[in-house]
Amino acid sequence: MKPAPFDLVTANDMSEALEALHQGGTEARVIAGGQSLVPMLNMRLARPTTLVDITRIPELSRIEAKSDRITIGAAVRQSTLERWPDLADRLPLLHAALPWVAHTQLRNRGTICGSVAHADPSAELPLCLIALGGTVTLRRRRKTREVAARDFFQGMMSTDLAPGEMIVSVSFPARKPSTGYAFREVARRHGDFAIVACAAIARPDGTATLAVGGVADTPRALELSADRTDLDDRLNEFAWHLQARDDLHATARYRRDLVRHLGLATLEEALSCRD
Amino acid sequence: MPRLTKDDTHPVRFTLNGRPVSVRVSPRTLLTDALRHEIGATGTHVGCEHGVCGACTVQVDGEPARACLMLAQQAEGCAIRTVEGLGKSDALTPLQEAFREHFALQCGFCTAGILMTLDALFSRQPDAEEDAIREALSGHLCRCTGYAPIVQAALAARNRIKGGPIDA
Repeated sequence: MKPAPFDLVTANDMSEALEALHQGGTEARVIAGGQSLVPMLNMRLARPTTLVDITRIPELSRIEAKSDRITIGAAVRQSTLERWPDLADRLPLLHAALPWVAHTQLRNRGTICGSVAHADPSAELPLCLIALGGTVTLRRRRKTREVAARDFFQGMMSTDLAPGEMIVSVSFPARKPSTGYAFREVARRHGDFAIVACAAIARPDGTATLAVGGVADTPRALELSADRTDLDDRLNEFAWHLQARDDLHATARYRRDLVRHLGLATLEEALSCRD
Repeated sequence: MPRLTKDDTHPVRFTLNGRPVSVRVSPRTLLTDALRHEIGATGTHVGCEHGVCGACTVQVDGEPARACLMLAQQAEGCAIRTVEGLGKSDALTPLQEAFREHFALQCGFCTAGILMTLDALFSRQPDAEEDAIREALSGHLCRCTGYAPIVQAALAARNRIKGGPIDA
């Protein structure tokens, strides 16, 4: 299992990266940590003719913390965010979710934005981005745009990224006062992709968001009002709405059960940890 | 902007176990293959080649990482450490010593990767608890020894590194 041949451009700044991506068009791909892309290359599920390495562009390695949002550059590794001293305080959902992302050996190389770009429906980081209502900043030669997470993820491993375009950063809304955050996951082994993963946010006014990954072709969010008398019915409807399918990891019925039970447990945890 | 063309080999420079090396490889060459085929450092094993098994784990700038998921060209300027950088057969490190004493390997195929992960763990966290050891080991597959002796060896090594008794 070796990658098909490709040219490798190691960009020193943004203009070099964007020029190489423009020239490469649909045949060019960005590589940063490579923890999702290199397996695809090794198995020849992806055969780009140009790879553009963006890890040496200084501005992409920044974590920028503002009062309302945390912006994470495209070359920031998962382990770097995991060790960011303000993580538990500013991004409690990611603090809970990151230990579930693959294994430490992969988080040492893999990037936050790379996982978002790969858009695996079972991946934890796209789920967190959907749950929190984050955004993705995309750039090509003459255009920069910011896309909401719910519009960015279009299907299984399919996103709004255009040819010649790259993710420069993702932004997560920062922790708000008196709001609870929780993350839970069921996988065959810790570190595997999730069979079902749940992220919940409980607000001071009693409203809540439950987002679920691993079932539909993208992570999906359910908005809940403060009146939770019909919660079981809402969760049941949501579980069916996700159109789970049987695969070799789990049956559709098991996934629906997980949405109902793990979803409820995650919501309850988020509601109880509002401070 | 340097473009490394696909049909040619291009130099890449890094340090391997503290010694500077320079090899010529094509852009698609994986770090595993550069180490084994170009340099002849065959201590790093190749298992699944998609990041799942952990056999090829090396240290990149002190942190464990999969050599099969890294292009050799991405190692430019990095400090790479492999199992050859631990002890020699007549002077094992405490970690290797503990693996021998606790029968923590049979076929040995997974061992090089596991040693590199545990060596990095104890450098960062010399008092790592069993939970942290198991968490680090979860990134490795062993199909013959079973994990109990490996965990025992890791605990013993930790105690020895800390200066305590070898028995966990």
